[in-house]
Amino acid sequence: MSIMQYNGSAVVAMTGKNCVAIAADKRLGQRALTVDMGFDKVFPMTNRLYVGLAGLATDVKTLHDRFRMHVNLYKHREERTIAPKTFAHMVSHMLYERRFGPYFVEPVIAGLDDNQQPFICNMDLIGCPNFPNDFVVCGTADENLFGMCESLWEPDLGPEELFETISQALLNAVDRDAMSGWGAIVHILTPDGVITRELKGRMD
Amino acid sequence: MAKICDSIGMVYSGMGPDFRVLVNSARKAAQKYIQTYMEDPPVRILVKELAGIMQEFTQSGGVRPFGVSLLLAGVDERGPNLYQVDPSGSYFPWKATAIGKNMINSKTFLEKRFNGDMELEDAVHTAILTLKEGIEGQMTEESIDIGIINTISAAESGEAKPIFKRLTKTEIKDYLSNIV
Repeated sequence: MSIMQYNGSAVVAMTGKNCVAIAADKRLGQRALTVDMGFDKVFPMTNRLYVGLAGLATDVKTLHDRFRMHVNLYKHREERTIAPKTFAHMVSHMLYERRFGPYFVEPVIAGLDDNQQPFICNMDLIGCPNFPNDFVVCGTADENLFGMCESLWEPDLGPEELFETISQALLNAVDRDAMSGWGAIVHILTPDGVITRELKGRMD
Repeated sequence: MAKICDSIGMVYSGMGPDFRVLVNSARKAAQKYIQTYMEDPPVRILVKELAGIMQEFTQSGGVRPFGVSLLLAGVDERGPNLYQVDPSGSYFPWKATAIGKNMINSKTFLEKRFNGDMELEDAVHTAILTLKEGIEGQMTEESIDIGIINTISAAESGEAKPIFKRLTKTEIKDYLSNIV
């Protein structure tokens, strides 16, 4: 079993009309043994930018700290908050710096840019970025998530429709994956602010 | 005159060799920024970097301060920027300014001639007139350098971003012929 599957995770982000959603499960395990049902994998970087980290839990925590440090340094140096696209390139650069001894993490980035347009991005563990305009997935349930997103997602969803879509996609994906699930958290980023909701999932 | 990155150019007054050292540092800093963020550095960030280097050379052992004053011009998300950097490491943003020989007269001249909503053509024209005030003898396309960053033409032609460009000898000659 790959180290990427050691702790188990499922992270997904979707675009809507002037809004974007990012969601993740809350399980932390050691192989098949569940250790924690409240492990957050999605973190705010600015109030218009969230990053989700799927993969090895120790690296999730390390990278969260490093991203936070670099975003704060950027804010002080440049006297402005970092744009989602800029942040994505910074993350890619930080991961590729460790090309031959990588962090075992696949990041998902979701944010609203200066024009309130949705931005999503995901990467592999060495920082190869993707910028699709529908949805991105990663984690141990990635194949299930792809299937759910392909069938549920449609263009120009409003915040509430987007919440329903991403929640159904995530919950149904993790129910067919033993390594992820045990509750989930969803963030909807809108121009008026962020809506955060916790979902109850099957606990088996 | 030197191009630092696509959106930023730099000129100097003072010692040529010292300027070349600073151009190397500036280009390296710009490339480092581009590699990290995949976008050109904002002018104030590059200026801060360069001013930091110049300040270090006033305090470090075994080196002397740089014998140059710099003008950096560039366009970023905040619009067009012009900065002056001195050997001490202090820097100032300007709408229009001059450095070097005759700078006092040139700045007085600019105070009278410059206004904020000039077109690029007028700005080049005014810059040449300002330069001409302090030049003894004939001014030719061989004796001056002009660099421009045209935000309007870049936006109209659908280019991704404005590009710093040095005018060719023939282009300078055209501007000069309009003056006399």
